[in-house]
Amino acid sequence: MTLGVEQIFLVPLLPLVAAAIGSLTPRRGRALAAGSAITAMAGALIVSCLALPGVLAETSAHQVANFDWFDLGAGAVRLGWVLDPLGLLMCLMVSFVGLLIFIFSLGYMHEDDNFTRFFCFLSLFASAMLGLLVANSLLLFFICWELVGLASYLLIGFWFHQPSAAAAAKKAFITTRIGDLGLLLGMVWLYHSTGTLLFYDHGHGVLESSALTALAAQTTIGGLAVSTAIGLLIFCGAVGKSGQFPLHVWLPDAMEGPTPVSALIHAATMVAAGVFLIARVFPLMSADLGVGNAPVHALTVVAFIGALTALMGACIAVAQNDIKRVLAFSTVSQLGYMMLALGVGSWVAAIFHLLTHAFFKALLFLGAGSVIHAAHHEQDIRRLGGLGAKMRLTFLTFVVGMMALAGVPFLFSGFWSKEAILHAAHDWNVSSLPLLMGLTGVGLTAFYMTRLVAETFRGQPRSDAAGHAHESPAVMTVPLLLLAVGSVLLGFLGTPAWPWLQSTLLGHEVERESLFAGGGLMMLSILLVAIGLGAGWALYLRRGRRSESAADPIAAAAPRTFAFLGARMKLDELYGATVIAAADALAALADFCDRRGWDGAVRFVAQLGVFTGLASRDTDEEGLNQGFNAVGERLRGAGRFYSRSQTGETHGYLLTVALAFVVIVVLVAIGGGR
Amino acid sequence: MNPAALIIIVVLLASAAVALSLRNLVRAALLLTVSWAGLAAFYLWAGAEFVAFAQVLVYVGAVSMVVLFAVLLTRPAPTDPPPPRATYGRVLGALLAGSAVGGLLCGAILGTPLPSSPGAPPALTVREIGRQLMGVHAAALLVAGVLLTVALLGAIVLAAAPGRRRSPDAP
Amino acid sequence: MNPLQLCLLASSGLFCIGLVAALARSNTILVLLGLELMLNAANLNFIAFWRYGHPGAPATGVIFVLFAIAVAAAEAAVGLALIIAISRHQRSIRLQEAVTLKG
Repeated sequence: MTLGVEQIFLVPLLPLVAAAIGSLTPRRGRALAAGSAITAMAGALIVSCLALPGVLAETSAHQVANFDWFDLGAGAVRLGWVLDPLGLLMCLMVSFVGLLIFIFSLGYMHEDDNFTRFFCFLSLFASAMLGLLVANSLLLFFICWELVGLASYLLIGFWFHQPSAAAAAKKAFITTRIGDLGLLLGMVWLYHSTGTLLFYDHGHGVLESSALTALAAQTTIGGLAVSTAIGLLIFCGAVGKSGQFPLHVWLPDAMEGPTPVSALIHAATMVAAGVFLIARVFPLMSADLGVGNAPVHALTVVAFIGALTALMGACIAVAQNDIKRVLAFSTVSQLGYMMLALGVGSWVAAIFHLLTHAFFKALLFLGAGSVIHAAHHEQDIRRLGGLGAKMRLTFLTFVVGMMALAGVPFLFSGFWSKEAILHAAHDWNVSSLPLLMGLTGVGLTAFYMTRLVAETFRGQPRSDAAGHAHESPAVMTVPLLLLAVGSVLLGFLGTPAWPWLQSTLLGHEVERESLFAGGGLMMLSILLVAIGLGAGWALYLRRGRRSESAADPIAAAAPRTFAFLGARMKLDELYGATVIAAADALAALADFCDRRGWDGAVRFVAQLGVFTGLASRDTDEEGLNQGFNAVGERLRGAGRFYSRSQTGETHGYLLTVALAFVVIVVLVAIGGGR
Repeated sequence: MNPAALIIIVVLLASAAVALSLRNLVRAALLLTVSWAGLAAFYLWAGAEFVAFAQVLVYVGAVSMVVLFAVLLTRPAPTDPPPPRATYGRVLGALLAGSAVGGLLCGAILGTPLPSSPGAPPALTVREIGRQLMGVHAAALLVAGVLLTVALLGAIVLAAAPGRRRSPDAP
Repeated sequence: MNPLQLCLLASSGLFCIGLVAALARSNTILVLLGLELMLNAANLNFIAFWRYGHPGAPATGVIFVLFAIAVAAAEAAVGLALIIAISRHQRSIRLQEAVTLKG
């Protein structure tokens, strides 16, 4: 049975159902939460596999299923699903790696009290991630993008009672939010220019030629083509989500979350979403390449930022002492490579590297998780050591991952994907700076990974925790094995001799070449890898760290540089001094205005009311009441006075009546007798 | 004017004046009865026999008795001090008021042209009076009856001696 | 002076005697008798007009006087009963002593 685009929504739907189930299960319902999550991921994987034949049959097509979401009167907001090689390969990777990480989490989070909540959030994340892979509308993509950010916040801050974790979650969310603002602006502008947000819509979508030529032809501020401007705004979102410079600062802090989270979200999938976004809207990004006199091309910016990030991440990783921080900066660096590939025009190389990176980085993180779990959450590599003998399987798979990341030639997938990137950079005729930065990064990558493996696994245990470590259970080591196999085999899908991946992604056959078609550049990169490995062996493996407090060899040689790199190039401090200080000042100003200005005005009005009340009371009590009292007193006095005339003597009354009678009659008689 | 009428009027006025200036109440009451009888005689002379009968029956017969009883019932005890004489002021004031009213009335009477028909008294039979009372003035008659009944009962209640006390400390 | 005027003068004299008596005497019974005299004077007035005034309804004066006599008698009875009750309370029948309504 082959599934088509009408059923592809099942891929994100199944984990969403598992998330709903997980949110409703009580804390005791561990089996239900974990079972539903793993079943859902397996289901998503199966659906993706079932959809594969349909896609492979027609690789150049983008099958779409669009529908109206709500009617705005003049038009309708439309959403839709798209099924093409790019999306489906990503779905396969995400669901497979996700499934393995879910199984790993069964063992890793076993002692945690909030096991159920963890799987609920993991399912939510998986649903959102798969959703943005099959979305055909930039709006639907954005919704899933934000949900992914939310799930990341929830998972980074999973142990929210630790203030560092809560702060890291907040930092991640806010930093990616800054990027998302650019994405939102780009989205709005795009909708305003083209009237639709669908990627492919039978000729009317934003990634189809009619819209693109129109966007490239219009110019905006500074002579930029509209497509360039929109593309740069969309790239802002990718900068935030994929941890590019300058918004990379949240990624190292995100390591506060549990290690499976780091593996899934911050290595394999979520951070790759930015790369996927640029790959998805690549036609838009590259629309301005045909325009002659554009001041800046969007992809140029992407390339340089990617290259800078790649080099910077590698430099900082050299000086980190926490396993997960090394891997985090390594991720930053590798994401830089992917952006570099996108920038120089080869989105296929970027996706190839993304797929291989997902496997070996997830492998490395899970291996680190295994180490952390065994060493009772000891993460400082200065206090580890000697684990290679105690944790054989973890060690072996970790070495496989390290080789793939370093780019050890021919056998490991990382080599082939990195070669593809370097070749694309070499072919870029705008500048060769990205190529140089990339090559430098290759050497550094091999070096710091060797350092990490040496310090963690070789030598003698430098702490009790490391001394008492033992191998992790099968539920944790089997995923490591599977990922190791993937890290090796995946590379063979994209060698120059059999460019299956490139052909599938591009939709047309790519010319096959020899395995050594890389030529001089390939030799150069192999040489750099060898230099890096050798330097690492010389400095760390041969002598080995003696004790926890012994100085790092590089620190001994260049202490200030080492310290600067160890402090992450002081970027957090820079941001704190500038952006955050400015935000604090604005907040203080707003608070002042609020407290003195508005609050004062309100209190003043209230005071007026109080005064009015007091004045009214005084008027009433002193003025009116006194007046009334006085009048009453007078009346009473008058009454007392007049009641004296009541003598009680009947004779007096009679006399008065008689005399009054006389007087009245006389008056009437005088008056004329009326 | 018929001399008989004049004599009757003089007797009437004199007895009234003397009666109300006496200190002795019993003599005052008896003289007043004479005055009332004189009034009845005047009614007879004027031709209103039925009214004369009524006057005799009610005033001479009943009211004077009631007055005498009241006088006897309210006699001061021998141990009480004698009541003081009326003050000159009050007497003067009374005379003043009386003469003022009298002067007014006389002035009004003498100053107004009052036609009189000194013919025969109007022919009024008792039967006619009865027919009027029971006919036109029947309602008034009934009301007067009720009034008399109520007055009788009220007088009894008011004049009755205070009843035996129900309990020693009741007010 | 015609007979009517004479009768009216007589009734006025009787009225004034009654008024003076009511105002001058301190004995309450005599005050009441003065009132009775005043009422009788009014009756005399009515009969005088009935006899000498011009003819209207022939029985009006007589009927009026009859009712006046009845009401005056009732009033006398009640008044004397009141005097008895008051004299029992204040042990004298002097009108000047009945001043509890003094204001």
